[in-house]
Amino acid sequence: MVDVQAHLPVLIVTVPLIGGILTIATGRGWKPWAWATFLTGTVFYFTIRLMMQVLASKTGMVSYELGNWPRQWGIEYRVDALNAFILLIVGGVGFITTIYAKLSVEKEIPADRVNFFYAVWVLAITGLLGITVTGDAFNVYVLLEISSLTVYALIAMGKDMHRGALTASLRYLILGSVGASFILLGIGYLMMITGTLNMQDMHDRLMSVPGILESRTVLVAFAFLLAGLGMKMAMFPLHMWLPRAYTYAPSAVSALLAATATKVGVYMAFRFLFTIFGVGFSFGMMPSGLVLLLCASAGILVTGVTAIRQTNLKRMLAYSSVGQLGYIVLGFALANLHGIAGSVAHIFNHAVMKGGMFMALGAVVYRTGRCDIRSVRGLGKQMPLTLAAFTVGGLGLIGFPLTAGFISKWYLVQGCLERPGGWPLAAVVLIGSLLAVVYTWRVVEAAYFQEPDPGTPPVEEAPLMMLIPMWTLIGASIYFGINATFTGHIALTAARSLLGGAP
Amino acid sequence: MTFDLSPPLLAIYIPLIGALLIALAGRWANLREGITLGTAAALFYTVIGIVPRVLAPDFWAGYAKAPPLRLIEVVPNVFLELKVEPLGMIFALIASALWILNSLYSIGYMRGNQERHQTRFYVCFALAISSVMGLAFAGNLFTLFVFYEMLTLTTYPLVAHKGTAEALRSARTYLGILVVTSVCFLLAGIIATYAYTHDLSFKPGGVFTKALASGELSAPVLGTLFLLYMYGIGKAALMPMHRWLPAAMVAPTPVSALLHAVAVVKAGVFTVVKVIVYTFGPLTLIKYHQGSWLIYVAGATILIASFIALFQDNLKRRLAYSTVSQLSYVIIAAALLSPISIMAAALHIAAHAFGKITLFFAAGSIYTAAHKTEVSQLDGIGRRMPFTMGAFTIGALSMIGLPPTAGFISKWYLLTAAWETEYAFVVGVIILSTLLNAGYFLPIIYRAFFRPSPRAANPGRHASSTDGLFGDEDDHSHAHGHHGEHGEAPWPMVLALCCTAAATIAFFFYSDLAIDLATQLRKGLLP
Amino acid sequence: MTGVLGIYNYWIYVILMMIGLYGVIAKPNLIKQAIALGLFQTGIFLYYISMAVIDGGTAPVWTTVQDGAQKFQGPYDNPLPHVLILTAIVVSVSVLAVALALIINIKRRYGTIEADEIEAMDIADRLAEFHAGAAADAVDEAAAEGHGLEHAHGGHHHG
Repeated sequence: MVDVQAHLPVLIVTVPLIGGILTIATGRGWKPWAWATFLTGTVFYFTIRLMMQVLASKTGMVSYELGNWPRQWGIEYRVDALNAFILLIVGGVGFITTIYAKLSVEKEIPADRVNFFYAVWVLAITGLLGITVTGDAFNVYVLLEISSLTVYALIAMGKDMHRGALTASLRYLILGSVGASFILLGIGYLMMITGTLNMQDMHDRLMSVPGILESRTVLVAFAFLLAGLGMKMAMFPLHMWLPRAYTYAPSAVSALLAATATKVGVYMAFRFLFTIFGVGFSFGMMPSGLVLLLCASAGILVTGVTAIRQTNLKRMLAYSSVGQLGYIVLGFALANLHGIAGSVAHIFNHAVMKGGMFMALGAVVYRTGRCDIRSVRGLGKQMPLTLAAFTVGGLGLIGFPLTAGFISKWYLVQGCLERPGGWPLAAVVLIGSLLAVVYTWRVVEAAYFQEPDPGTPPVEEAPLMMLIPMWTLIGASIYFGINATFTGHIALTAARSLLGGAP
Repeated sequence: MTFDLSPPLLAIYIPLIGALLIALAGRWANLREGITLGTAAALFYTVIGIVPRVLAPDFWAGYAKAPPLRLIEVVPNVFLELKVEPLGMIFALIASALWILNSLYSIGYMRGNQERHQTRFYVCFALAISSVMGLAFAGNLFTLFVFYEMLTLTTYPLVAHKGTAEALRSARTYLGILVVTSVCFLLAGIIATYAYTHDLSFKPGGVFTKALASGELSAPVLGTLFLLYMYGIGKAALMPMHRWLPAAMVAPTPVSALLHAVAVVKAGVFTVVKVIVYTFGPLTLIKYHQGSWLIYVAGATILIASFIALFQDNLKRRLAYSTVSQLSYVIIAAALLSPISIMAAALHIAAHAFGKITLFFAAGSIYTAAHKTEVSQLDGIGRRMPFTMGAFTIGALSMIGLPPTAGFISKWYLLTAAWETEYAFVVGVIILSTLLNAGYFLPIIYRAFFRPSPRAANPGRHASSTDGLFGDEDDHSHAHGHHGEHGEAPWPMVLALCCTAAATIAFFFYSDLAIDLATQLRKGLLP
Repeated sequence: MTGVLGIYNYWIYVILMMIGLYGVIAKPNLIKQAIALGLFQTGIFLYYISMAVIDGGTAPVWTTVQDGAQKFQGPYDNPLPHVLILTAIVVSVSVLAVALALIINIKRRYGTIEADEIEAMDIADRLAEFHAGAAADAVDEAAAEGHGLEHAHGGHHHG
């Protein structure tokens, strides 16, 4: 019997990697779904165990050397509070969206490709988990490409999809590959000057060799990485690929991507900017703090306004996602305790809220076949639970007290105020939530206070298979809004360790 | 998390449970209304039970030491917690007492006007009352903010109730102004307070003393925070943040009556007084010379709003502007920062409530019975609806501040305070606004009782009232036939408004409880 | 070989990469874009490969000298980047495969693989969607304003 506990970090990647490929062999019908659910469920369980292990360990982290190769030679998986938390998010949301996917996939994916769909789906989750768990810079690149390639495929897999899905996917592919290549280059430069690929070793050498941080190689590496990461996490103004991709992707894919993909991009930014380069270099010597703050603030405001003007609700949520990502970037670019804590907390909070909202929209699409603002008119009565989920999620985006979004805002504003002269940033955060009020309220008004368009057939409430996952996420957003001691604790721990430089 | 069922918590739970039961009983209208009344009665009983605790002579001695009722730790070190104090007690008492009468009135109104979505209406109403209780008993600024926002959210469906484009637009204004102010200013102020003091609790004397003494917080920053709070509390309708209140008049009258004359707006001024007394501390504000601008802004609000009210033909709108001006009485009283003036503020929260709810009840009765919304249509109506217009007169007298009505008591205290603090401006404002109040209320009474009613109800009535916020009489065109012969509104409405009118007078003679509570509040201010 | 020309290998990689980047941005033909993307990535591979080479280095292979003892012959190149780039090549081939698959489907659905034409069609799609919404809204508004009374009537009595 294998000692699961000792091998948790690697099992999180290998189980879905191998299992994901095997999904192709499960045939048609419900079996690929059941197998994918089993795999993601197992992974979720592993991530919970790993989180407990990290919390229990005295050093606050778990290190695993692949194949027992010492970390100078081999790949080290290294898990601390931060990535255990992200793993938990990806694992949990991955599992829940997989359950949700069943009905929406039956409707939106050709029946003869369902097994391929779930294979690619599981591999996408694998890639995201792998990026998060690894402590090796090149491994990040490889797993990043696994997740990206699978996501390109997922976006364009719909049956009766809008043809825009194809161009969206190709555009994402090209921008994503360029971004990933930048990251690859940056890693190459770092490897050139430090002679290692292990993140921790890179950091140690960058810190210990005098004058190394001023070298041009390090600067070039930093610039390439920042650009590549910006593109991968869809940071404004490098977000152009995202709205289309989220709009045209199958509903379940939008939910998965919104909740996990960009979050893992942000996680990479944490690792590169804080763990490898260190907060002193990234935000002291380099003006990246200022650049990121400006991009994030502009992103929050511009995408908020853009979201208001959308009639397609999926596109509206996509723009809102870019804006919410602005909060996350703004938080860590503040480079102080509460800012980073807010950022980490918002990764989780936004994942559950936006995941739940995309699921609600998916249910609307499932029942009505549309997702524009007119199609939700009067749905508050016909699909009360679905629209209630959407509304509660929207309240979270606004940052209404007792929802998860409030917690992030609480930390973020505190972080802004801690920064000297940071009050305009606080204002941006608060104005951003007002923009969220406007775009969510359009939907609330349409759903609850307007009559359905004459001639539209009445619809039923979404099936339970959709409602349960949806409300699990939305319920989590309420629960962690009322009792945020767990997320707050993890976020503060992660923030402290990022500021200390050690992973 | 505690599941302790102590009375303040119970006061929040009772309307919540009531809302749930109402939702479940939605199909059976009588049962539903029965539950509403029962819940209101149970709530009032619970709230009354808390009073002796607050009036205990050693209340303040134990206040600082008494642990708050902690429900849950939301963010590390920030709790959702409840703590009872005299000001909140006054507010809770009034809101819960008037909810009973208002429920009675609602039943008559909603049935009489055949409104739709009645279940949603009662559910949201109960939820709003639950938020009010949370607000009244909030133990720290965070809790206060939570319930403040809940109140905005739960009252939104009530304002948007009709679902017409007009109602939605007004509801958008309502939500927009309240959320913008609370998120941009109030929340910013609260977080800044937390960043400076790490203390959000309510303490007589305020939380800033230490930070100010150590130089961490400078007087101008304190002043900025004060500004953030005062304009962050949009529900207090300080000009120019008052526009939501006239907009909210699109709601059914019981909503305007309880929520936009008592609960919501009082939540605003209550929060203002609470923040001044317990977060800033009057002495701190005096010591650092901050906040005197509030007197002038509130004074201006009183006069301008009264002036606008003079020219409103729509009755509810006139009442709304009257509310805006009356709210600033409370603010101006609190801004005077003397013990007597704080008492006056607390008393005016109570006194205004009785009078204003009576006026709104009367307006709703007129609408239900006669389908009239404009002041100019009220000629001679007093003879058809003597009870309604009699009650209206009492309410109006209270607004003007004449004895023997509730308004006199609070105005008396306010004038005393203004005299003591030697603010001639305030004295002038009060005198002038009293005249203005008389100017916009007395003509209504005159019309109602002394002008002849237009005989042979004119059939062209439509033309005059199809444009406006309240022009939904068309829904009731089936009732045209007996317009000329209408009498009083349905009995539950008349009963409710007679009760509130009686209470307005009773408050003048039996104001001991309110004055005791206000005195208890004043005692907390003295070091 | 010193100075700027001494690092000619890096120049080659930069030039290749820039040609690729230019193609990705400027070429409207999707196939050309895919080729340019490949070129861009190949530039990076060259960078990795040349970074590991040292003058006179050989492959790091164990060779048996006398008595069965094994050791390396002379200076050797760093094998690690070479191994890494094998992975990256696989990745780039997969990217190309997915890109081509997408382009084939685009050709089927749009009838063209010119990016500017596709963009024009996408914009037309969006405009059509927008106009449909705007037209419906206009009808609503007209109904609300022009026939507001009847509308309100109907609405309220049916509820």
